[in-house]
Amino acid sequence: MIPELGHYALVLALALGLIQATVPMIGARGRDAALMRLASSTASMQFVFVALSFAALTICYVTSDFSVANVYENSHSQMPLIYKFTSTWGNHEGSMLLWVLILSLFGAMVAQFGGNLPETLKANVLGVQSWIACAFYLFILLTSNPFLRLAQAPLEGRDLNPILQDIGLAIHPPLLYLGYVGFSIAFSFAIAALIEGRIDAAWARWVRPWTLAAWMCLTVGIAMGSYWAYYELGWGGFWFWDPVENASLMPWLAGTALLHSAVVMEKRNALKIWTLLLAILAFSLSLIGTFLVRSGVLTSVHTFASDPARGVFILMILVLFIGGALTLFAWRAPMLKQGGLFAPISREGALVFNNLFLTTACLTVFVGTLYPLALEAFTNEKISVGAPFFNLTFAPLFIPLMFAMPFGPLLAWKRGDVLGVAQRLMAAMGAGLIAIAVTFVLMGMSSVLAPFGIGLALFVMAGALTDLAERTGLFRLPLATVRMRAAGLPRSTWGTAVAHFGIAMTLFGIVCQTWASERIVALKATQTVAIAGYDLTFDGMVQHTGPNFRELAAKFTVRSGGVPIGIMEPSKRSFASRGSSTTEAALLTRGVSQLYLSLGDSNDDGSIAVRLYHKPMVLLIWLGSVVMMLGGGLSLSDRRLRIGAPKPATKSALQPAE
Amino acid sequence: MLAFVRIVLLIGLLAPTVANAVTPDEILKDSALETRARNLSRELRCMVCQNQSIDDSDAPLAKDLRLLVRERLTNGDSDRQVLDFLVSRYGEFVLLRPPFELHTLLLWAVSPAVLLIGIFALFVMARRRKTVAPPSPPLSDAEQRRLSTLVAPPAVDR
Repeated sequence: MIPELGHYALVLALALGLIQATVPMIGARGRDAALMRLASSTASMQFVFVALSFAALTICYVTSDFSVANVYENSHSQMPLIYKFTSTWGNHEGSMLLWVLILSLFGAMVAQFGGNLPETLKANVLGVQSWIACAFYLFILLTSNPFLRLAQAPLEGRDLNPILQDIGLAIHPPLLYLGYVGFSIAFSFAIAALIEGRIDAAWARWVRPWTLAAWMCLTVGIAMGSYWAYYELGWGGFWFWDPVENASLMPWLAGTALLHSAVVMEKRNALKIWTLLLAILAFSLSLIGTFLVRSGVLTSVHTFASDPARGVFILMILVLFIGGALTLFAWRAPMLKQGGLFAPISREGALVFNNLFLTTACLTVFVGTLYPLALEAFTNEKISVGAPFFNLTFAPLFIPLMFAMPFGPLLAWKRGDVLGVAQRLMAAMGAGLIAIAVTFVLMGMSSVLAPFGIGLALFVMAGALTDLAERTGLFRLPLATVRMRAAGLPRSTWGTAVAHFGIAMTLFGIVCQTWASERIVALKATQTVAIAGYDLTFDGMVQHTGPNFRELAAKFTVRSGGVPIGIMEPSKRSFASRGSSTTEAALLTRGVSQLYLSLGDSNDDGSIAVRLYHKPMVLLIWLGSVVMMLGGGLSLSDRRLRIGAPKPATKSALQPAE
Repeated sequence: MLAFVRIVLLIGLLAPTVANAVTPDEILKDSALETRARNLSRELRCMVCQNQSIDDSDAPLAKDLRLLVRERLTNGDSDRQVLDFLVSRYGEFVLLRPPFELHTLLLWAVSPAVLLIGIFALFVMARRRKTVAPPSPPLSDAEQRRLSTLVAPPAVDR
């Protein structure tokens, strides 16, 4: 009964969605307040019904109801409860249900918190949002029904893919979807603005918090996926330039550009048309990402053609929404009034520079990901585009971007003074240069480029701190004044500095991997292997039994200077239900560096092959993304973004002009 | 999603094997040759895998290719010769960084071209703006006085 209720709830959500997609927009045309207000109720109820539907599927999973085909294929009664729960979205159908759950959540949130929006804009935004929702409800109901029953219920399920039985599955997909789908709000706002033919600085102020929230989730979502792949896949890489990864990187790059151009629009009423285009592109790239991953086109152009139902459906959604949006854009955008002149050297100019490089980087990833598919489809020629290509083309775009990053926030609006800013950045540049020199001294000439990367990262970090120091008057003014200024500084300023600091941390971590060391050896019991000042002694094999697997672990004692500092137990797990096995790498964290140990095959002479890595500063890669998210959060809590919040009457005379 | 779909795809292809690419017995004694072999391995695709280099992959084919690369290097091939040999045998598909040729022109040229066009367009726009809005003449005395009365109590712009 529960699966049927879930199925029916989804159908009801579709019915509500169809109403919401039409009635409020008709109301907006005729200025009929009653029709427009309908959107808020339907948006909230859509969320309720989708949540019911999702809850129904979750119940099926948690109670191991194997009469449901989806549960049978992806679950097992012996699995720990947490994985029964997460396996709800560890498969195609369930993950699409999570997609629409988050989509309807965002719709409901606009309905709830959008009280300060003009009525017509709100009605149009929710209308457009509902078009997207309906397309995906239909996709699920017609091609990917998660509630399909089996005529004869099997006794046991086929188990979740062992690699997915990890806490990563609980965190990574929901965060990633919050990011992907969050951009739909910016998209809906853009389409609504084009329909109304009116766009102003207030529009940017309404869109920014949604974009920011989506961007924060996407940032951490991508980083968590990267960390998951790092420890689960067993060879210690953190980014593979895989098409699936690129599919999430593209919306991130476009979304980051959107965040920055929306600032220009909000403050200076300039770059309106460009911001609209970015809002459309960010979500379009999310849709393309969904298409790439969900259609099977990545495995091969030919598997896509042989099982076309799902792929063609998503392709139709893609063409309809992206094509429609861009057509509407081409038609209406020229009618929008442009405003806000500025000199090339100015805060606006710096943000335009940021946008140029971010969108080009995004294009590079886009072309690199889709070119092989297109080439094969049109000429039947097969080429590979992998990490060496992307490293070569992506880095030259990101380096100037990072270098310009400290300049942007220090430049004045309208007309800036780049030499003055360079002067104020002297200390930061000094920090960068010293870092380069120190790195060369410490690490030698083993890599000529990497020390410059370290210098760049340090420059960006110091630049972010310079920005804060300049604004608060640190080192120039009495401490009490500094404290008062710091408290009065807009949160978005703090957010900018923190986020920029975060990306520099990530860069620092990535560059440090140049000096990662690796040992691949075969070891017998009691033998010792040394790496980066650590000695690892192989103590022998141990057996463990998990809830639904058996584990063969190799026990290693780690010593530093003869003193034991920890035990590492990399293992191999075999899952009887699928007859498959996984390797579980062992990690030992020292500060922000890690030792990484994974097992290979055992040999006839009783030795076992191990791969051992020392990864210096590796945790900074992901901690940087968390800091970026914190920066986004600070910016999100800025009073400016809470429209209508009363301004405090006092103290304002002491706050610095921005 | 990225990792998990990637993992699903991987698993589909490599089923019960264990993720462990380069094995100890493959490693060459000569460390300079070994470094070259590793660098080459990162440029070469494991053709039965999903976008993995032979350095990362644990598929049997990847192992064969790694051994082949090492064999050619020990026989005195240059890096270029090894790559050419593999391309002649498996086609361009084996290279993770496609060569710059007519059919990959778009792949390599699109983003530099767009960057240059973008810079050029911004340059033109900036110049056009300058000509449209000539620098305004300095304020007259009357205007200057009016301005100073207007800004007399220092206004604070938040």
